[in-house]
Amino acid sequence: MIKTKGLTKTYGNVAALNDINLHIKGGEVTVILGGSGSGKTTLLRLLAGLESPTSGSIMFSGEDLAKISRKRLYELRLRVGMLFQYSALLNSLTVYENVAFPLREHTDLDKEVIHTMVTMKLEQVGLRGFEEMMPSQLSGGMAKRVAFARALAMDPQVVFFDEPTSGLDPISAGVISSLIHETTVKTRMTSVVVTHDVQAGLDIADHVILLWQGEIIAEGKSNTIKNSDDPRVQQFIEGRPNGPIPFSRSQTAYVDDLTHKPGCVRLE
Amino acid sequence: MVAFIGQLGRNVIHAIAKLGDASIFAVSTLRLLFATPWQGKHFVMQLYAVGVGSLIIIIITGAFTGMVLALQGYHMLVKVGTEALLGSAVALSLIRELGPVLAALMFVGRAGSSITAEIGIMRVTEQMDALEMMAVNPQARVMLTRIVACAIALPLLVGIFDVVGLAAGYLVGVEMLGVNSGVYIGETIDKIALTDVYAGLTKSMYFGLLVGIICTYMGQRATPTTEGVAKATTQAVMICSVMVLVLDYIITSFYL
Repeated sequence: MIKTKGLTKTYGNVAALNDINLHIKGGEVTVILGGSGSGKTTLLRLLAGLESPTSGSIMFSGEDLAKISRKRLYELRLRVGMLFQYSALLNSLTVYENVAFPLREHTDLDKEVIHTMVTMKLEQVGLRGFEEMMPSQLSGGMAKRVAFARALAMDPQVVFFDEPTSGLDPISAGVISSLIHETTVKTRMTSVVVTHDVQAGLDIADHVILLWQGEIIAEGKSNTIKNSDDPRVQQFIEGRPNGPIPFSRSQTAYVDDLTHKPGCVRLE
Repeated sequence: MVAFIGQLGRNVIHAIAKLGDASIFAVSTLRLLFATPWQGKHFVMQLYAVGVGSLIIIIITGAFTGMVLALQGYHMLVKVGTEALLGSAVALSLIRELGPVLAALMFVGRAGSSITAEIGIMRVTEQMDALEMMAVNPQARVMLTRIVACAIALPLLVGIFDVVGLAAGYLVGVEMLGVNSGVYIGETIDKIALTDVYAGLTKSMYFGLLVGIICTYMGQRATPTTEGVAKATTQAVMICSVMVLVLDYIITSFYL
């Protein structure tokens, strides 16, 4: 479904992604795992065509996103949905209007048909009866479920999920995770999930990609990742502060900073 | 000294780069007017937001401007015994100058600031990306509709400002200060040419366009943080206010 080759993205002198080659298969849940600053959000934005790569190619069902026209990109996007980290519901519209938005924009369907479709999508995320509420009245978990319904409104082939469970209570997070899994199985859509939630990620993934410092350090099925003997992978999965991935970014010696400042007494 | 000159140079280069960026933004956005399907409904919604939303403040400032003009004008004219000219003095200063400029400044504070803040927040909360992902061009839907709405709304508001100001000036001049009603109205009608009205309204259309472009640009380029949006909003209001006065001088010098 989606293939990248030599994908590189730099901001100024900083390389966010370096030579990424990946293959996302249709009808599967692909989870991109990585810590903060590992480049996973950048990767998702590139795959979604929200940013263009510094070099390399992104093939989306055979077409290079970096080379096609804006018009063609918009045509492709009708087959794509995206769930944003902070939901990104349109503030000026109600829940109903938010879910109906893509349908009203891109189809000539009757009011009744749109009503039926929106009701179905809202039922899928368990939020029927909230149609007239404004996004500002919703809790984070509810907003995300509405955003989920909106992402599915056009029955997309591919859905991108940016940190779908972050900032949610365990129940909401669980609901979102199982929604992703169930919808992918039922509708045979392709899901690309970016997350740092290791457990949720490994649970729903058919394929896992682990990113570190802009590079893929491990790839495969959940079990392959869990049983990997790469110390970096193990450290990330177990969430240990000490290991090959440094937790501390401090540049100077701690003792010196504590004791060598003027006016401080050196404790020896 | 060298550091000072270096800093000065960097600031100038930065300012010119900004100006160029804003111009490219303006041209690429306005071009979409012809390149995208007509978005009538969305124009009307924005027209309502910036126009009707600014109505009360425009009426209040219009009324007091007319009143104070009549008051000041009367006390000046009465010294040389020409208070009969009060009607035309009030009308000319309102329609030619004070109406467009004061209405534009109030419009900047009311509608312009909210445009910058709204667009900035839409960026912070990824709503722009969401539109993009739903294959709706945010530049056409969000920026263009607001710019056009500003360019249409401001002349209409200036018209209202002028009418309210004239009525308020009449009230103060005739009812309070005792200028003869027939003379007041006669002078007003006699001295105002249609070109004055036309000049005032055209001017305000340019002001509206300018305010729309600057405010959407500042929102679009705001650093996507709480601080960034706050700063962009303040800057947008400042730049708009100054640019309205500068543009006013330039346009007026062409008309006179």
